[in-house]
Amino acid sequence: MTLRYLIPRDTTAVAVGANEVAAALALALAEQGSDAPIIRNGSRGAFWLEPLLEIESNDERVGFGPLEPEEVAGILALDPVARKEHPRYLGKLEEHPWFAGQQRLTFARSGLDDPLCLESYLARHGFDGLEHALHLPPEDIVDEVTRSGLRGRGGAAFPAGIKWNTVLQAAGDEKYIACNADEGDSGTFADRLLMESDPYMLIEGMVIAGLAVGAQQGYIYLRSEYPHAWEIMHKAIAKAEAAGYLGEGICDSDHHFHLELRLGAGAYICGEETAMLESLEGRRGMVRAKPPLPALEGLFGKPTVVNNVLTLAAIPTIMADGAEAYAALGQGRSLGTITLQLAGNIKQGGLVELPYGATLRQVLEQFGGGTRSGKPMRAIQVGGPLGAYLPESLWDTPLDYEAFAAAGGMLGHGGVVVFDDTVDMAQQARFAMAFCAEESCGKCTPCRVGSIRGTEVMDRIIAREAPEQNLGLLEDLCETMELGSLCAMGGLTPNPVRSALKYFPEDFA
Amino acid sequence: MLQYYEPEKDFGTPEVQSSEMVSANIDGVSIQVPAGTSVMRAASLVGIKVPKLCATDSVDAFGSCRICLVEIAGRRGYPASCTTPVEEGMQVQTQTPKLAKIRKGVMELYISDHPLDCLTCPTNGDCELQDTAGEVGLREVRYGFEGANHLAAEKDESNPYFTFDPSKCIVCSRCVRACEETQGTFALTIEGRGFDSKVSAGGVDFINSECVSCGACVDACPTATLTENSIIELGIPEHSVVTTCAYCGVGCAFRAELKGEQVVRMTPWKDGKANEGHACVKGRFAFGYATHPDRITSPMIRDSIDEAWRKVSWEEAVGFAAKRFRAIQEEHGRNSIGAISSSRCTNEEVYLVQKLVRAGFGNNNIDTCARVCHSPTGFGLKTTLGESAGTQTFASVAKTDVVIVMGANPTEAHPVFGSRLKKRLREGAKLIVIDPRKIELVSSPHILADYHLPVNPGANVAVLNAMAHVIVTENLHDIEFIAQRCEEEAFSQWQVFIAQESQSPEALEQATGVDPQTLRAAARLYANAPNGAIYYGLGVTEHSQGSTAVMGIANLAMLTGNLGREGVGVNPMRGQNNVQGACDMGSFPHELPGYRHLSDAATRSLFEKEWQVTLDPEPGMRIPNMFDAAIDGQFRGLYCQGEDVAQSDPNTHHIEAALGSLECLVVQDIFLNETAKFAHVFLPGASFLEKDGTFINAERRISPVRRVMTPLSGKADWEATMAFANALGCEMNYQHPSEIMDEIARLTPTFHGVSYPLLDKLGSIQWPCNDAAPEGTSTMHVDEFVRGKGYFAFTEYVPTEERANRRFPLLLTTGRILSQYNVGAQTRRTQNSAWHEEDLLEIHAHDAQERGINEGDWVGIQSRVGTTVLHARISERVKPGVIYTTFHHPVSGANVVTTDNSDWATNCPEYKVTAVQVSKVSEPSAWQARQQTFDRRQHQLLEQAVEDV
Repeated sequence: MTLRYLIPRDTTAVAVGANEVAAALALALAEQGSDAPIIRNGSRGAFWLEPLLEIESNDERVGFGPLEPEEVAGILALDPVARKEHPRYLGKLEEHPWFAGQQRLTFARSGLDDPLCLESYLARHGFDGLEHALHLPPEDIVDEVTRSGLRGRGGAAFPAGIKWNTVLQAAGDEKYIACNADEGDSGTFADRLLMESDPYMLIEGMVIAGLAVGAQQGYIYLRSEYPHAWEIMHKAIAKAEAAGYLGEGICDSDHHFHLELRLGAGAYICGEETAMLESLEGRRGMVRAKPPLPALEGLFGKPTVVNNVLTLAAIPTIMADGAEAYAALGQGRSLGTITLQLAGNIKQGGLVELPYGATLRQVLEQFGGGTRSGKPMRAIQVGGPLGAYLPESLWDTPLDYEAFAAAGGMLGHGGVVVFDDTVDMAQQARFAMAFCAEESCGKCTPCRVGSIRGTEVMDRIIAREAPEQNLGLLEDLCETMELGSLCAMGGLTPNPVRSALKYFPEDFA
Repeated sequence: MLQYYEPEKDFGTPEVQSSEMVSANIDGVSIQVPAGTSVMRAASLVGIKVPKLCATDSVDAFGSCRICLVEIAGRRGYPASCTTPVEEGMQVQTQTPKLAKIRKGVMELYISDHPLDCLTCPTNGDCELQDTAGEVGLREVRYGFEGANHLAAEKDESNPYFTFDPSKCIVCSRCVRACEETQGTFALTIEGRGFDSKVSAGGVDFINSECVSCGACVDACPTATLTENSIIELGIPEHSVVTTCAYCGVGCAFRAELKGEQVVRMTPWKDGKANEGHACVKGRFAFGYATHPDRITSPMIRDSIDEAWRKVSWEEAVGFAAKRFRAIQEEHGRNSIGAISSSRCTNEEVYLVQKLVRAGFGNNNIDTCARVCHSPTGFGLKTTLGESAGTQTFASVAKTDVVIVMGANPTEAHPVFGSRLKKRLREGAKLIVIDPRKIELVSSPHILADYHLPVNPGANVAVLNAMAHVIVTENLHDIEFIAQRCEEEAFSQWQVFIAQESQSPEALEQATGVDPQTLRAAARLYANAPNGAIYYGLGVTEHSQGSTAVMGIANLAMLTGNLGREGVGVNPMRGQNNVQGACDMGSFPHELPGYRHLSDAATRSLFEKEWQVTLDPEPGMRIPNMFDAAIDGQFRGLYCQGEDVAQSDPNTHHIEAALGSLECLVVQDIFLNETAKFAHVFLPGASFLEKDGTFINAERRISPVRRVMTPLSGKADWEATMAFANALGCEMNYQHPSEIMDEIARLTPTFHGVSYPLLDKLGSIQWPCNDAAPEGTSTMHVDEFVRGKGYFAFTEYVPTEERANRRFPLLLTTGRILSQYNVGAQTRRTQNSAWHEEDLLEIHAHDAQERGINEGDWVGIQSRVGTTVLHARISERVKPGVIYTTFHHPVSGANVVTTDNSDWATNCPEYKVTAVQVSKVSEPSAWQARQQTFDRRQHQLLEQAVEDV
């Protein structure tokens, strides 16, 4: 009988006490004289259940959580049948409603095992997509991605296949794959979770991207605030290299792909693709004017695929299971699965992956469990700090790029931040400007100066100084920023401001 | 070319070269532009002005100000016209109500963080922010002025020429981009982000930063953030005149911007083909010497150099000189007098001096300072290619794939070309540096030489031979080019010579000091380049084998087929503004204008007819011969125009003895230079601002020099020479330098087509300019060499006699620094000395440590001929065994230690190799003490000068 204990090493799990639980477990096992291994797996993404302990014996794997270290010895002391009565007992997690209601493709392997265990990755269909892609001409890979309907998961939702095709068709024998792992939106964590729990999937996606466009060098631009992800990715790259999945002659083929991990320096703006490229080149993270498109003149002036972690991580599934299977999910032009990250004032925070098309309200009801404070929800900001604040009247909007845009919102990177009825939306509007002021690269004037003036105008509005003039000025400023800014940072900052004004006017009166 | 002052037209983004044309419609106007041209530029070309702030046509589009937004049919949003290329069929609108509102909104943000002191602002009337605020119709700033701002930011006044006032900065990054793209120094950056973004010279003040004060940032600044101090003091100019810089051989075109006769600012002219709108700290800022109190404006005479000067009229001065010169000739013969012409003066003036010598003195004792710099270039290139000049334009470097820089230091000595070169290197061209020193190009921001060959001073020919050996023995040479373009027999013989094992990098390693593998790799890189170009300077010519090295360079270029098209060539970096012209004008003792030998009767008769004299067919004395003959008593009268031989020529003891032996020394200069302290007649010279004429730069470009102020002495230099000639009975009657040029053109085939009206029309002309090339010649030797077939000259390496030994174990080599110019007569009288107050001795830490020398110590430098003392600077730029100094300050006495060794063919002094010993000392040398005493005495004699007019 094989017996394994699994406690996540994931950043969030560790933040809520996973290491202490693991230590308590080790102690308890030692006292028992057991030599059963403790696996530090990735998280399954149900942060509200962390620290989550899973006990696997033979064919059964059950979970307990959220755990206090003091509870561990008690659970161990119980026999398997009695454990089912333990208040922290969760049963088989696949059958737990929070997971059973999801449809995981990209995060299917998350939390199942040690993220660095290559055997485990292979045992769970890892590198199947790559094996398939290795036998295809580049055009066919690009075609597969195009037909899957995959759109960029970083926020702009640009069709990945079209971007790849541009790079494929671009002249030049030097091309790059640049993975944007500078996940800076407040309330988002999907990129990190993936890198910490299933790093090989990202590697596989990047290698396939390289095959597809003819790039032999990839970079992952990782934010410096993710030290655990850095460590895991770093080791995963080394192991993949040693196993022949990276470097010269991938899987004994004639294809080469080198992958390098680069660390950011704490600027939100470096999540903007051109600023990220500047930073990757060793310069200040300043936004570049487009054109030229990075697909034609990107990193070091060469054709470059810039994709978000989740976009690239979706590739192995598409290549392994086929474009049709992927495109069968979702609706309209939003195909495949969306990865929502429930955060803010919410009871059951965590990562939810499911096909596009469900409404925001359905997701919140099925997975969110209400606010953490127990008070009624009042506003929800979807799509990061530049997303609109949605009032209850818009919660029935389906999770679909076009539907959200029509409602004045955006899905962005899938962040869902919940506010209860104590929120002051005027302060939130001010925060949007302050956030822009804090994170502006400073290149273009509407963003650099506009955000500062926006905060000042908001201060006057909050102080109820000449409200009519100042609200008029604010609207003019929003227009200047929206239409005049160089990139989406300044261009989208008016979104949360305007939505706060439009849907929550009482907070400004 | 007098123009009322207005800023030069700015097309917003740089010109794009493309064979593909695209058509579009802007505001109802059909346009056609090369593909890749920005909407902004396309609009500007047809006179449609799109408001803008961060764009300027000297740097790439940036897209930050968001003022130049336009509407394009079928496109979402409001793209910036600077970053949007014109596409076929595009329909653009530059003025719509929506655009007006956005622009006004953005301008309102700008002005909410800008002082409202337009009326007292230094750039009032010349400010793009002010203009643009007017264009967009901003009438109020609703944000008020109490918010966050930069209005209290402190000024940085550390640079002597310009002020940085960050309170006026709009963070458009034009200065930062100019520093990067135009100058290539990367001294400026934006520090901080968001609203805290600010222009910074790397966290320190400008003077202590890496800034080289080229002024490109000041030029690029659209506001009063970076402003010339002269503008702050005097206000904006009222008219401008296009003229040519009088510093180095790059020959930058400038707009002298004036108020009346006062130069307010020198601005590099965008249409100037040598510099295309760029300048350096000397040309742009260091013009104050022209009105320095040290200027001598009255003619002076004295019987002996121990006497006080007497200020006299022009008439008396030239009469005095003429009388003495004629008396000397009567007593000591026709050949006992001579003249030295100046490569600082105009072609017309140089031409007159040689005419005066040949027609007035009746001999050929005329030489020029090119003798001591590029005479080997003349000889070497004439021998191999048939013409004594560089083969390319400066712009040619933009098409080069591999550059060899040998014995030249462009970023210091030819900075505007240095910037061009750096730009090409940043685009990916490869670089080979052959120099004993680790010059800036070896490694600087965004520049890294692929190979640095740190040749031992004196071993250039060995390096060139070894490179040729590699190319020949590895069959990398261009057989087809050689067969078609070069003399077959000469090549076959040369090939046998160069293929010998004795010419291999390995065999020559002892001499060159260069790792054979590195040398081989460098040779392969150059030989395999689609376009390879060689740029060289005085580090090649000023050697006992200077002429051999020049021929070795020409051989390399012919061997690899790197001649006769753009992107290749042999390019001498001329030291002074008009070295090329001075040589062209026949100021060598054996050559008439256009490099025609005196022995050619047909040429002689041409001049004899024009000048109505009989010419002596025998070549006259070279400068060193004159000095030797002076000491021997054979040579007694010298007319020296605009050259300071006492400071610049080698073996100062010898020169001083020669000058002291002269019966009559006539010096024409703008200052009492070192030579003038030995003079009996002083004719006050005129600066380049005070006269009309032409200079010829290193790319054979004849550029106009235009008078912007009245000569302080009443006469321009050509007028002074004319007065002297007439006093001697050699009649000259030119009303304007254009008449002199007409005479030059009549008599010189390569100048036949040159005239002032043509110069006015074209801006500048590269010679040859004649019937075959009516608008001049940009690239030489295109179909065949000037001499017909190229000639592979033998280049046997003969080590210099100036060798290091136990007594003199180190080799001293010399060079220039950016902020000072040559003997420093001009730049030392400007604030450029803020960067270089004294010449220092660069010494490697190893050599310094062996001798107990620390940074800043007084160090005695002793050669076989003399001793001088300098402060030490410990440096990694030189390798052990080699020391280095500059020669800009008279008191440094760099030439007290340099020797009489010279080039075998041309007598160009071997400045670049002097065997020396150095040791720690406690005070300046005896020579320096004497020099100081003599200098003080001569200044007293000047101060005691009596008015005798």
